[in-house]
Amino acid sequence: MNKIEFISGKCIPLEMNDVDTDLIIPAQYCASISKTGYGLNLFRRLRDQSKDFVFNQIKYENSNILISQKNFGCGSSREAAVWALKEYGINVVIANSFADIFSGNCLKNKILLITLELNIIYKLIEDSKNHSLTLKIDLINNTIRTSLNEIIQIKISDFQKSFFINDFNEIDFLLSYKEKVLSFKNYQLSNKILPILNQ
Amino acid sequence: MKKNIVEKIWENHSIDNLEDDFSVLVIDFILLHEVTSAQAFKELEERKIPILSPNQCVATVDHIISTSKNRKQIDNNEAKTQVEILRNNTKINRISLYDFESGHQGIVHVIGPELGITQPGLTIICGDSHTATHGAFGALAFGVGTTEVTHALGTGCLLLKKPLVMKVEFQGEVSKGVFAKDLIMKLIATIGIGGATGHIIEYGGDIIQKMTMEERMTICNMSIECGAKAGLIAPDNTTYSYIKGRPYAPLNKDWEQMISYWSSFKSDQGCSYDKEIIIDISNMKPMVTWGTNPSQAIEIDKNIPLEKDMNLNDLIMYNQAIDYMKLNRGFPIEDTKIDWAFIGSCTNGRIEDLRISAQILKNKKIHPSVTFYIVPGSESILKQAQIEGLDKIFKEAGADFRMPGCSLCLGMNDDKVPNGKRCISSSNRNFMGRQGTGSFTHLASPATVTASAIEGKISSPIKYFLN
Repeated sequence: MNKIEFISGKCIPLEMNDVDTDLIIPAQYCASISKTGYGLNLFRRLRDQSKDFVFNQIKYENSNILISQKNFGCGSSREAAVWALKEYGINVVIANSFADIFSGNCLKNKILLITLELNIIYKLIEDSKNHSLTLKIDLINNTIRTSLNEIIQIKISDFQKSFFINDFNEIDFLLSYKEKVLSFKNYQLSNKILPILNQ
Repeated sequence: MKKNIVEKIWENHSIDNLEDDFSVLVIDFILLHEVTSAQAFKELEERKIPILSPNQCVATVDHIISTSKNRKQIDNNEAKTQVEILRNNTKINRISLYDFESGHQGIVHVIGPELGITQPGLTIICGDSHTATHGAFGALAFGVGTTEVTHALGTGCLLLKKPLVMKVEFQGEVSKGVFAKDLIMKLIATIGIGGATGHIIEYGGDIIQKMTMEERMTICNMSIECGAKAGLIAPDNTTYSYIKGRPYAPLNKDWEQMISYWSSFKSDQGCSYDKEIIIDISNMKPMVTWGTNPSQAIEIDKNIPLEKDMNLNDLIMYNQAIDYMKLNRGFPIEDTKIDWAFIGSCTNGRIEDLRISAQILKNKKIHPSVTFYIVPGSESILKQAQIEGLDKIFKEAGADFRMPGCSLCLGMNDDKVPNGKRCISSSNRNFMGRQGTGSFTHLASPATVTASAIEGKISSPIKYFLN
């Protein structure tokens, strides 16, 4: 079992809204049949465009907590975006809001998403730039303690927390519904209410 | 209790309700393609979990293939492997694959409806965000990641949080030269790229009801571009006529019974929504994007916004977008010189889109400095275009009418807009470098794309529709 109750680490600030998954991992790096090999090309376009881009700065090396602004992870459903973040070492993303498919993909790959008010985010971004901020996230008590000794309350539902704290295995959980799924599908089949291919 | 269409489909398919609004939802249909499925099949194989319902899956090749005449030759080794693995996975798991020359190979969101697989009241998923397209038929269809493809293939169900529902209605008169693409772009520009996050959109009202299925698909397709998980439209006679007679449509003796079943998937009069939005489209002009996300769009006769027009929160992204796009703040968007034009993608690669383009292009030439790719969404559309002689019009005008696939939409195959070149595109995303690293994309309707290809600059198509 891999139970996660606390996550600590260093922050990297990405001062942008609407970071899309094409930007996180461009399509030309998605022609793979494995879940690995994406980390190297995380934010490839922005890294190639400017040497000052945060992911090129030595100051933020080995960071595992990414802080962004509104609507992080919009666009394509490509899970490679999440695999790229994970392989690079990011296991927490803090933002003001997240796109739906991206949120689902993160939960399934045990990347913790934390939603905070914009004014708190702006402060965290400034503190990361000025003080090399580190955070300690406590999933049991719903708090973040910053290296500046501030406490931030967080809201994560118990159900979502169970993915981390109880090392929830989703596919085994869903397989336990097999009889119910089959009886639903048999009902549909006998009433001919869906198309069937390859018979 | 009065229910909206999303609640009806959700309750119909939910086999367990868990805490925090999560449900276990049965998935009726899984659409597969080469780019997001290999890892799913591999994981199931490793865990020795068989595919639960192979006859409720359909696969095709679309994202990574070439759209040149000799498309069977794939030079990129990784791409070649992806296609071969899909062929192998579908063969050993007895899943229908619509491969090259099957008559129905094409973009998965184009061939689903074309085959009559997409039907009202179903739950449909695919590892692609534009799965929302199928909502045009009153199906609950949404994009998922590869892990969810794995779960649905192996277990027939998914663990999902019940979304909120937003009602969107367009009101007013549709002006000549304005199309479904312009309407959906107007909605996205109005509510923003994250405006529908956490929601599913139900589109309704007279304007939607008068639309063809092709137009409805364009509308639902781009729902994801304002953050909606899905977009859908209640089924009606337009829906039923489209489905009738297609390969997987119900046969004659079941037809009446299916219509009565399908008709139950409509929102009840007076049901409630979490949000309602009305978009006034009276006197609206065609839309075009100036920025690097689909919400950064204006009517074609307007000027690119100034800093003072922007919300303080959006200022960093505004400046980044304008600088990237190499445009002038406050200048008109019309007359911006273009190098490339593209009609295709799951948004606008259907036969109606090709017909509109051909109608404008007839007896005209595209501008000598423009490369114009016209890519049908499927083999069936390609054939239909040839039957109608559209291919000849394209050729005579100097456009490149190609083989079916996702093509220039996402810069993942051989088709890419070169670095530094500007493209007007009927596709769905203008993200930085989306159509090729260092390229610039302006989203627009197929009519606006065609008018611009003729003139070599961003141009309104309105004059081609006045007579």
